[in-house]
Amino acid sequence: MHEMGIALQIVEIATASLPADLGNARVAKLNLKIGKLAAVVPESLRFCFEVAVKDTPLAGAKLAIEEMPVLAKCKDCNAQWTIDEPIFICKTCQSGSLEILSGRELDIESIEVVEEVKNDSG
Amino acid sequence: MIPGDPSKNKRYYHHKDFDKPHHSHSTNSPADVSIQKSGTREIKVIRRVLDVNDKMAEENRELFAEKGIFVLNLMSSPGSGKTTTLEKTLAQIMPEIKSAVIVGDICTTHDADRLAKTGAPVVQINTDEFGGDCHLVAHVIEKAARSLDLDDIDFLVIENVGNLVCPAEFDIGEDSRVVVLSVTEGEDKPVKYPLMFRECEAALLNKIDLLPYLDFDKEKAVTYIHQVHPLMPVFEISSKTEEGFGPWIEWLKNKIREKV
Repeated sequence: MHEMGIALQIVEIATASLPADLGNARVAKLNLKIGKLAAVVPESLRFCFEVAVKDTPLAGAKLAIEEMPVLAKCKDCNAQWTIDEPIFICKTCQSGSLEILSGRELDIESIEVVEEVKNDSG
Repeated sequence: MIPGDPSKNKRYYHHKDFDKPHHSHSTNSPADVSIQKSGTREIKVIRRVLDVNDKMAEENRELFAEKGIFVLNLMSSPGSGKTTTLEKTLAQIMPEIKSAVIVGDICTTHDADRLAKTGAPVVQINTDEFGGDCHLVAHVIEKAARSLDLDDIDFLVIENVGNLVCPAEFDIGEDSRVVVLSVTEGEDKPVKYPLMFRECEAALLNKIDLLPYLDFDKEKAVTYIHQVHPLMPVFEISSKTEEGFGPWIEWLKNKIREKV
């Protein structure tokens, strides 16, 4: 529901991370990690991103989303497993004391910039 | 906007009135640039998208700690009884503990009007008059909190926008989060919205006075809550009759005492 706000935030962070002078380069791709526990719907975010990049240095950039599984570790018996259904109880020792190792990500990893090939450049 | 007669202890803000903190917080400089392959450069960023909000939330937390205020973020789906629960909770707590309220809604000042009657200072935040933000964010809380006399408050409760999804994602600088689930909703809300129930410290199972008239399976609801968040305290209450309020008020008072 708040994907547009997230998309605008992504564009802002990404724009600030770009070199001041891109020269002939254009932003081709933005790599994003989203945990499955994060309250973000990738499809909605992609849609909003397309709108949010208009008239910015990221115009036309593709949004690549890597979905991160919910990985838990039991604090009592150290068992590690991927949570596929909303049950946060250790399958080995039934403990409810867990550490969530991944699954809450909402991180910009990197931006890929492509140099436009121009014969008269230089 | 509903025209009304806002009482003296209530302030009204619209979301757009708040300056966005982006400029003062854009601390990131151009990141490392590496040549990935001919013609393509990969610029490493590695930043949380909600970085700006998280930093602002941390600043709020420091401000509240400095002022010795315990901050509760109360969340639920629309219509679960957050406002009534707050009205009754404040009535029981306020003779002892100096309290204030920040209330978030997409529009109207209805909740603020109701809460102002408790005698607590109330700040209403409207995220938009027509379909605005579905949650409160840290910089909005900062502005709203600054309009309260923070030296004269020990307990600040923030009633978030009714929504079980988005508010769970946004840190606003609170000490504790509590979720309200009412028995007129499905028992399986906890497993449908696991992040909310993971992120909260306690749950209020509200409207239990209606249980005789409903097919709601209370045991099942509590089982689902504990699947998602084992050992989470669940307080069974009726905000209408105040049944079950004793343990909830006691829990809350202990939390406030721990901090203040």
